[in-house]
Amino acid sequence: MEPSAPKLDIRDDDRKRSLRDQPWWFYAIILIFIWAAYIFYARENYNEAFQFIKVGIGVTIKTSLISYAFALILGLLAGLGRISKNIFFNNLARLYVELIRGIPMLVLIFFIALVGVPMLVDGVNALGVWFTEIGLGFLGTPLSAFGNKSLTMNTRAIVALSVTYGAFLAEIFRAGIQSIERGQMEAARSLGMSYGQAMRHIILPQAVRNVLPALGNDFVAMVKDSSLVSILAVRDITQVSRLYAGSTFRFREAYITVSVMYLSITVMLSLLVQVMERRLSKND
Amino acid sequence: MTRPENIIVLKDLYKHFGEVRALDGVNLNVAQGKVIVVIGPSGSGKSTMLRCINHLEAPTSGEVWIDGQQLGKNEKELNEIRTEVGMVFQLFNLFPHLTALENVMIAQKVVRGRSKSEARKIAMDQLNRVGIPEKADVHPSNLSGGQQQRVAIARALAMNPKIMLFDEPTSALDPEMIKEVLDVMLDLAKEGMTMVCVTHEMGFARSAADEVIFMDNGQIVEHTTPHDLYNNPKEERTKLFLSQILQH
Repeated sequence: MEPSAPKLDIRDDDRKRSLRDQPWWFYAIILIFIWAAYIFYARENYNEAFQFIKVGIGVTIKTSLISYAFALILGLLAGLGRISKNIFFNNLARLYVELIRGIPMLVLIFFIALVGVPMLVDGVNALGVWFTEIGLGFLGTPLSAFGNKSLTMNTRAIVALSVTYGAFLAEIFRAGIQSIERGQMEAARSLGMSYGQAMRHIILPQAVRNVLPALGNDFVAMVKDSSLVSILAVRDITQVSRLYAGSTFRFREAYITVSVMYLSITVMLSLLVQVMERRLSKND
Repeated sequence: MTRPENIIVLKDLYKHFGEVRALDGVNLNVAQGKVIVVIGPSGSGKSTMLRCINHLEAPTSGEVWIDGQQLGKNEKELNEIRTEVGMVFQLFNLFPHLTALENVMIAQKVVRGRSKSEARKIAMDQLNRVGIPEKADVHPSNLSGGQQQRVAIARALAMNPKIMLFDEPTSALDPEMIKEVLDVMLDLAKEGMTMVCVTHEMGFARSAADEVIFMDNGQIVEHTTPHDLYNNPKEERTKLFLSQILQH
């Protein structure tokens, strides 16, 4: 430290810079939240809308969490497939990723929930009939009785979101694994580890750590995209706010409320991701 | 089964990378307990030969025999043979998410199936052997290059290998750290470990090597004792190479 530096000028400079460095955008968001809290509390229409729509928060969170958990598993498998030397798994994973990425998410959700799932049910039924025919009635009867009705729209929405996001997460996992130096795999193999052991104990722990922020960002994205399942009449906050708006014609109240709800969830999650990112970079 | 005379046997080894002939017909026998130093210009196939010995690189054609067993395509057999062949890399390749101790423990647990306490004891013994027991709980990023390389040697030794391969173990080190790694290697040599070392450390070759191999263009040009290689090399290519590296 140089004590001889002209202190006064620096302090002036600091003050200017500190004003410029303030996260004004974040203060604006806080202001929005304060304003929203006020109108939800004080204005009767908004209060009514809030009470009506908050019923859907549970569905939104549950759908997002369960779908994300399945998407993580699918994504990891497909990501491993993408880098696999096995031609079958490699191409299967690539096909999956390309199919999903090439179709709009809205169309995919319709397709998986209204075409894909029923086709799967038909397949299970056919399997049941076949089991009965070859004399395995105890297996066949429940399988052929398995109907479309036993899969609610909520379940189908989760299937659709999982399958869609699994493809996105696959690319994140693939990038994470490929970001690890080749020498790591070679060192592990030179010690006698199998490919799978090296993946599990050496490569994946490092790869997952590297992509944690990206995985977090995709979770935020999935929370937002979960609003698309409202088209399946799943009563998440989007669907409930549509219902509210439709029955009361209070569009302003309905959509301000639902927007603030999404914003508070996503801002909170984004902050968590940032904290996580900072923690990780500190450890390096 | 009688013990084979040579613990490493390479027969007519070829390795092509596209048009490049990294190995062009290599034959080599290494007897138990011998220390072999491999020298040669960059791109001469030294590292490729080393990596073929434990099949990190599968040869295009030819045979590799380790302790009487031929290396083939069977992954399970390869994994078993690799536990007998330790390898030390130029860039250490320590696992950055694990501490020094965990680096030495992980393969013992996963591959050898040793219990945690047993693996820990062996790992501490090996860290003592390479002289850095006090760094056991430190992550690789907080170790100097020389310390990292010594942990890497301990990691390989903890598997109780019969053979150790060194792929330019001191090339990435600052000069003041080279000695600490060479000292560990010298101790190993004295203890009778079979070693194949790609290195240009002439002092090490003189004091530890039983045989020196000079490679060029994917072939073994000269295979003799260190004394003969340095004092009266037979081949022109060897003379030229030695004059280049010994000039200063």
